[in-house]
Amino acid sequence: MTATRPGAAPLRPLLQATDVSMRFGGVKAVDSVNFTLGEVELRCLIGPNGAGKSTFFKMLTGQLKPSSGQIRLRDADITGAHPHEIARAGVGIKTQVPNVFNALTVRENVFIGAARRTSVKRADAIVDEMLVRLRLTSIASLAVGQLAHGQRQWVEIATVLAGEPELVLLDEPAAGMTQDEVHRTAELIGEINKTHALIVVEHDMPFIRLIAKTVTVFNQGRILMEDDVGRVLADQRVRDVYLGKQAA
Amino acid sequence: MTPVHLSARRRSGLSFLAVVGAGLAILFGAPHLVGTYGLVQLTLFAAVAIFALSQGFVWGFAGIMSFGQAAFLGLGAYAYAVAAIDMGDSTVPVLISVAVPMLFAAALGYFMFYGRISDAYIGVITLTVSVILFQLTNATSGSQYHIGQAELGGFNGMPSVPPINVPGMPDDQLDQTGIWYVAMGSLVVVYAFLRALLASRFGRVVVAIRENETRAQLIGYDPRLYKLLSFTVSAGIAGLAGCIYVNWGGFISPTVFALSMSAQVIIFVLVGGLGTLLGPILGAVLIQGLINAAGGQSAVDPNLGLGIILVAFVLLIPQGLLPTARALLARAGSRKEPARAAAETARPLAAQPLAPETRR
Amino acid sequence: MDLTGLVAFNVVTGIATLFLITIGLGVIYGMMRIINLAHGEFMMLGAYTAVTAVDHGVNIWVALLVLPPLVVGLIGLAVERTVIRFLYGRMMDTMLATWGISLGLIGLVTTLFGNVVKAVPTPVGSFEIGRYGASLFNLVLIGTALVAIVALLGLLRFTKFGLVLRATMQNARMAAALGVSPGTIYMATFALGSALAGLAGGVLAPISGVSPDMGAAYIARAFITVLGGGPAIVTGTGLASGLFGFIDELVSFQTSPVIGDVALLCAAVLLIRVLPQGITGRFLRRSL
Repeated sequence: MTATRPGAAPLRPLLQATDVSMRFGGVKAVDSVNFTLGEVELRCLIGPNGAGKSTFFKMLTGQLKPSSGQIRLRDADITGAHPHEIARAGVGIKTQVPNVFNALTVRENVFIGAARRTSVKRADAIVDEMLVRLRLTSIASLAVGQLAHGQRQWVEIATVLAGEPELVLLDEPAAGMTQDEVHRTAELIGEINKTHALIVVEHDMPFIRLIAKTVTVFNQGRILMEDDVGRVLADQRVRDVYLGKQAA
Repeated sequence: MTPVHLSARRRSGLSFLAVVGAGLAILFGAPHLVGTYGLVQLTLFAAVAIFALSQGFVWGFAGIMSFGQAAFLGLGAYAYAVAAIDMGDSTVPVLISVAVPMLFAAALGYFMFYGRISDAYIGVITLTVSVILFQLTNATSGSQYHIGQAELGGFNGMPSVPPINVPGMPDDQLDQTGIWYVAMGSLVVVYAFLRALLASRFGRVVVAIRENETRAQLIGYDPRLYKLLSFTVSAGIAGLAGCIYVNWGGFISPTVFALSMSAQVIIFVLVGGLGTLLGPILGAVLIQGLINAAGGQSAVDPNLGLGIILVAFVLLIPQGLLPTARALLARAGSRKEPARAAAETARPLAAQPLAPETRR
Repeated sequence: MDLTGLVAFNVVTGIATLFLITIGLGVIYGMMRIINLAHGEFMMLGAYTAVTAVDHGVNIWVALLVLPPLVVGLIGLAVERTVIRFLYGRMMDTMLATWGISLGLIGLVTTLFGNVVKAVPTPVGSFEIGRYGASLFNLVLIGTALVAIVALLGLLRFTKFGLVLRATMQNARMAAALGVSPGTIYMATFALGSALAGLAGGVLAPISGVSPDMGAAYIARAFITVLGGGPAIVTGTGLASGLFGFIDELVSFQTSPVIGDVALLCAAVLLIRVLPQGITGRFLRRSL
């Protein structure tokens, strides 16, 4: 232990991306992004289509290997690791398009999420708990392929949470949901955030207002600004970006 | 746990007991009901049914397009034949007939799955490998091609392969009835083993990976490893089928590696039902029965019939007979008992491909 | 020196043969993403067309080089109309269906002609490379392969059909929006690939021996060469044939033809491991 002194470095961050870039041919989809997320922090990412949010997520989960830069999860360097290795390190993601096991039942889907870390018996207990928490018990034995879009999103979230990740990435969790479901999702995010860190990508501004504390704005592969939700949403540059004007 | 879930699990348990019970009844009943000639016929059916299970598992559950499954059948058969001739006692050769295809599959599978080779290419590569093995064994005519005392014999094959003996007693060789017990007993054991495997965490993950590889990866499973293990297990089962096959005939030739062997086992599975275990067994018995029946005449080559069956099933009944029959039964039952029928059609493996996800 | 000349000649012959047995499969796979497992049997039908034509007194050159592509092209057309067109976009199902067609054709030809090996006379004799004799017919093989390459490149590059074909391959929906019917294009492509398989069967008939199951001897090599070649059909098939044919002939010369085939297949498997998209997936991507 070193002696504490005033102005010491803050706590070690949960996730730290340093100078991360992704080039596709001549196009820079993500350009030298620096991004830090603390333990149990909730962060929202916004930005127009093509701003690089999804590409950034794919690098965080190992689906894309960054062209340059480094990504650290606590002390571990996860840059370019396989997706399953990153998932084991504690990163779970709900992807933009519902990504579930269509032919399996709801229960089986969640079981697959739970069973990686624990015994079958414990996994069954986690599944039961997760089904109740996400209000999926009544449809537990239906094949996921038959469900409505919003329900499938929740099955996916339940599957991800069942693996007890440290960091949860949600790519447009409210898209295609009814008003009711959106509210329920916002509540759920608050609940998850009591124990987990989250990064949420969303376009729905009312939803962002509902859940966000700090917001990071992506534009053209770079971080345009990062600030408190109120200040971000009031910012002229952010409005311009969303209206399609060139940011100054 | 919901009642629906419980009853689904109980139904699955009942169907398992029913199939194993029927298998045991056939195992012990057949020697009393049919003569030696009939038992020899039935032994062949058991061998091809085991072969069909190996294909049904790797293709229907693991979703791996292994189109050269005959490679493992042949490796198992040749491994047994060579080892049995060289060793005398058959106990170790039986184990070798399972181990050699597994090792070969592990090496080939490592190359394919860890090399990120796409599904269709896996079909082509496995098929090609079986053709290579066919050509290689075909070219081993002459006394210079031997392993120990066992001459491989090229396209003439290896005659008079010693049958399985009572472990430790090389002179106490099994007769046709004994080989029947081994064959049918193996079928029951392989079926039970695969049912248990599929019910285990490993099996559930294998099916999940078939359904959505990306999702499984993002949860933390390594699809390459699961596919490699599934592929290797299925090769071992095919090798066991090969061992029983050579015991059935007492003879082995390179035709075990032939493309028509791989094609037949594909047809067994497709006709019976992809994604079931009972389906491939029934398909094997049905199609092998047709092949045997057609063998009595020489007017039409059996391949013509097999080809027509394969095309017809792909075009008209792609899900196979067993799932189709289950769906029909469920529909008939749905008038009386709607809730239960809904649960039935929700069973994963009968599910049809869904409309593609399209957003923005 | 003479021996070197002979070996070189055999290597070129081997490359030409490999190209001929592969290009029909390559056209169908490259344009339509269909792996035609009946390709070997289409070759077999080409060979039987040649046998039958020779038996009926047709001029040998017509029987080897003209009738097989015509007949098998028409058979391919019929197969596309009755089976393949229902399965577009379902890769595994097309593989299974063409496998069924493969079995059915083996059965049909066995039923009609019997399971015996037939032969077609070689229409030309031999010539000498120094002290060694070499078959003049190999020159026919090389010539046929060269004509096939030039004709295909010309078709793809300079004709309206070729342009439409390439457009459909790039983006079928866009081509359809511009008034091209992808169905017609696929049908023509499948017939073209079948005709090329028929040509290969016909021209190889005098040196291969003709039997119902002869297709199996070729398909492994043909598949692996297509995969090794990659997306550019003619260039890829040509380059892969060159590489694999070279290895095959050299190893065969040193050891035996069987070991040569095995060396070819091992080389191909290694190549696909290093270049999963084939040679033209990495190099010369803009070629045809």
